[in-house]
Amino acid sequence: MVARLAGQLGGGCVLVTGTNGKTTTSRVLASILREARQPLLHNREGSNLMRGIASALLSAAGPSGRIAGSERMLGLFETDEATLPAAARTLAPRAIAFTNLFRDQLDRYGEVDSVFEFWRRALAGTPASATLVLNADDPSVAELAEGWSGPVEWFGLDAPEFATTSGGAFDARWCRECGGTFEYDLRYFAHVGYWRCPGCGRARVERPAVVARQITLSVESSMFVVDGLGAVTMPLTGLYNVSNALAAIAMARVLGIEDGPIVRGLAGVEAAFGRQETVVVEGRKLRLMLVKNPAGANQVLQLLGALARSADSKPLHVAVLLNDRFADGQDVSWTWDVDFEPLAQSLGRVWVGGTRAPDMALRLKYAHWPAAAAVEESPATLLDAILRDTSAGDDVFVVPTYTALLDFRGELARRGAVGEFWVHE
Amino acid sequence: MSDAASSPPHALSLRIAHLYPDVMNIYGDRGNAIALQYRCEARGIAVEVVDIRLGDPFDPAAFDIVIIGGGQDREQRRIAEDLQSRAEALRAAATDGMPMLAVCGGFQLFGRRYVDQDGGTIPGISIFDMETRHPGAAVQRCIGDIVLTTPLGEVAGFENHGGRTYLADTQAPFGRVVRGYGNNAEDGGEGARTNNVIGTYLHGSLLPKNPAIADELILAALRRRCGEAVTLTPIDDAAEQAAHTSAVTAARRSPAIKKDP
Repeated sequence: MVARLAGQLGGGCVLVTGTNGKTTTSRVLASILREARQPLLHNREGSNLMRGIASALLSAAGPSGRIAGSERMLGLFETDEATLPAAARTLAPRAIAFTNLFRDQLDRYGEVDSVFEFWRRALAGTPASATLVLNADDPSVAELAEGWSGPVEWFGLDAPEFATTSGGAFDARWCRECGGTFEYDLRYFAHVGYWRCPGCGRARVERPAVVARQITLSVESSMFVVDGLGAVTMPLTGLYNVSNALAAIAMARVLGIEDGPIVRGLAGVEAAFGRQETVVVEGRKLRLMLVKNPAGANQVLQLLGALARSADSKPLHVAVLLNDRFADGQDVSWTWDVDFEPLAQSLGRVWVGGTRAPDMALRLKYAHWPAAAAVEESPATLLDAILRDTSAGDDVFVVPTYTALLDFRGELARRGAVGEFWVHE
Repeated sequence: MSDAASSPPHALSLRIAHLYPDVMNIYGDRGNAIALQYRCEARGIAVEVVDIRLGDPFDPAAFDIVIIGGGQDREQRRIAEDLQSRAEALRAAATDGMPMLAVCGGFQLFGRRYVDQDGGTIPGISIFDMETRHPGAAVQRCIGDIVLTTPLGEVAGFENHGGRTYLADTQAPFGRVVRGYGNNAEDGGEGARTNNVIGTYLHGSLLPKNPAIADELILAALRRRCGEAVTLTPIDDAAEQAAHTSAVTAARRSPAIKKDP
């Protein structure tokens, strides 16, 4: 039935998958497609399993089973990594974008290698007419091009000024083709960067079709140059979001979208739920930065470090919220793979929250962060402490795991600071 | 001020060998190195953590503590061979009382052998008299919060392993399972202990929230260097105890002792 409904979409379907950046990439792409006046059907943010995709199609079709205006309509589906084989088989996508592959909730997905195997299986069932939109900087994603007979659209960062030497969590160390140990000319985070394998000579493609260079990050936006588009501005910040934007631009080009709508779509994108969403409470700007795994957390912390180093910066006020419900991962040991240490010298006030607040407080103590002003499991008490310790006009960076974000945002909603948000899934 | 005769000398520095930290690190195993370092430095004991990678020269006699974590299957096979070349030296150090911590995949490789689901065998280094068998992909992994009773007190953490480990009758476990699966989801034992070598499935952040184990390893290392009279200065453990309690509370939310059907 899902296949039949999807078959009505005259514009076909495209899928976006990867450990991090699925939601933001889909959101940027949707913004571009709206600017291009492309009729669009997409799943709800985070509803990225088969049932989320099915329910988007079903609710568009209604009781008649016909999707109105489907002749020109394009399906854009954010797709869970493990759902990709079923989604690719059922939807026969025109293109699939892969953002990156990191360790993520091993108690749910099993090992990183199993996710790669899901993807390999998905591609075996995908028509070769489909275009793969691949992150050249992530060797695990780039590997998908091996043995793929269809077209590939590469994207990548050209940002040596953001190179890091930090250890972080490497999730791809060895070449799957020959077993060689990857070497790097420069590395942005984890195993992502200008990689090459000394064993078989495979390396990051030299000239990806879509490249960002001259990247500048501020608290609320990023600016970068893309060949053909010139300098573009996007109201999302962080190197990881520039990479997400490149995935969306590359996908837009595969779909034949012109430069004008791409530039306007980037400029007009709104932050997705909890991903650099700013909520104003009693004059404090709470900047919600969802983290779900070590790689995502390291990227957010690198962004905070970059902001702390910028010329007019003050010490950062940061709240870290750790939950251990199913959707967060019940195993909280991943917090030890996050590089909290480099931020220790740049901090003002620190608060810790969530169902496993004491575990998080201990992680931060061992990272030599200033003692937390509050360690509070209750979101209401935590928010009170944040308001007590700050003044109107202050920025507060709130870094929660997924259900901690829901809890905290729920408290903000009770106080009328944000609208209610209901999660289906 | 504590008795000078029982405090470690100021100039003392402990050397910790972290085996294969770039490979055997799947579940936050770095936390154990961070905890050892923090708890030494808080007492004025200098620490050097040395990463030993595949193929690096390694003489256990030049170190005071050895730690190893867990990896993915593909990666673990690769280090097993390298570890074999160091087996004799590690066994000698273990017999001599060197403190070691082997977690998850590292724990499995400290046994006699690992038998994978197809019957293939990866030899271990036989510090523990035990073997690990993978029951096949159809059998559920042992995943969840876990609490143990041990001679060092209550221990809390998280386990995630497919392999089932069986100790020889003469091999002591590290502890008894109060909540969770343990070595094999059958006999209620968890981990293994021989001299000052501790093996366990409790991964990642074991030492930070179980400071008594971290201190046991540190004290054993100091005593090897400075004699049995050495004691450890108490340090503020409020945050550590709170994290411990939080982990025990999380484990109490799930059924008590879990066994294979």
